[in-house]
Amino acid sequence: MSDATIQLPTGAPGAQVLGIGAYRPRRVVTNDELSQVMDTNDEWIQTRVGIAERRWAGDGESLVEMSVAAGQQALDASGLTAAEVDLVIVASASLATQIPGAGPEVANRLGLGRPGAFDVNAGCAGFCYALSAAADAIRAGSARNALVVGAERLSDVTDQTDRSTAVIFADGAGAMVLGASDTPGVGPVVWGSDGDQRDAIAIPQGTEHITMAGQAVYRWATTKLTDVLQEAMDRAGVTAADIDVFAPHQANLRIIELMAKRLGLPESTVIARDIVQAGNTSSASVPLALAALQESGEATTGDLCLVLGYGAGLTFAGQVLRMP
Amino acid sequence: MSSTAEIQTGLAEILEEVAGVAPADATPEKSFTEDLDVDSLSMVEIATAVEDKFGVAIPDDELGGIKTVGDAISFIEKNNG
Repeated sequence: MSDATIQLPTGAPGAQVLGIGAYRPRRVVTNDELSQVMDTNDEWIQTRVGIAERRWAGDGESLVEMSVAAGQQALDASGLTAAEVDLVIVASASLATQIPGAGPEVANRLGLGRPGAFDVNAGCAGFCYALSAAADAIRAGSARNALVVGAERLSDVTDQTDRSTAVIFADGAGAMVLGASDTPGVGPVVWGSDGDQRDAIAIPQGTEHITMAGQAVYRWATTKLTDVLQEAMDRAGVTAADIDVFAPHQANLRIIELMAKRLGLPESTVIARDIVQAGNTSSASVPLALAALQESGEATTGDLCLVLGYGAGLTFAGQVLRMP
Repeated sequence: MSSTAEIQTGLAEILEEVAGVAPADATPEKSFTEDLDVDSLSMVEIATAVEDKFGVAIPDDELGGIKTVGDAISFIEKNNG
């Protein structure tokens, strides 16, 4: 047995978001277009899910390409140079290629030198899990600055004739660059899982398309997750009255609105509704929602945001963060 | 343990809160989907509210069998107390 003690770096008191980026595929798919190929209509889709249109990726919009585009935008917004980013995490549940994963290629294409790079698959909670991992790495001193990307091409794994999924799942990528800070800009994560419901959102063995037990997921999201959101605020030492922006995973507009109602958020809180134009983009939905609010001016620097990813697994992760 | 009348009134309150159904319309023969414009996601909200109000859980696989207001009242009665 050796006497050597293991040293740890000092790290940083906190982590903060320095920049946000987004990539939305070129092709807009309206409800009317979908109504031509399956038995559905605009009214049904809007009342049931809250989606008016969504984006499907095409040529030149691979998962890696979308990640690079969103990542570049976040990097530009952050003010950092490529060389300063020493960690890249790509969250995705729809990576067609497993070997290699996306992280190192995204890092390479962005000219980031040789940062630590890996992928996270946590269903629609991927981005918030990855965000937590990146913030913790910065606080622990494992990284100085991190790029976190949420990217999906769900249209690749959706049955385009199944109206219960084809109208919902969509494509896109969102990204955040994080750095160290003296005061925390990202709050403690609250995460958990309900693996007994692994079949609720799944690509069944031997098939290629997502199936979803809509009622079971709706029930889970609208009952169990209110406590999680409350805990994310409690752990950060904030209350509903402090929340400027509420940006949960954009799964279904009715879920978002029920969550907001149950939390007792003030009237002034901005609620992210990017799902109306973006559809459900799984791991990309939280950063895309915040990017949209930043672009419109509804979310501004310093705003306290409550975010939550939740979905396939079933699994969830949520935290508070300040807008850059 | 609630009486049928109490269950009916309680359920009417839930239907108004969840789906904007006027209390006068929440009568036993009414079909949730056909008459009251309540979709399957709203049925989940109703089930959650029924559990909060009456302590009776309605799992997803039973929810499909509840087609009318009367079905819901019977279910609650059968599983109440």
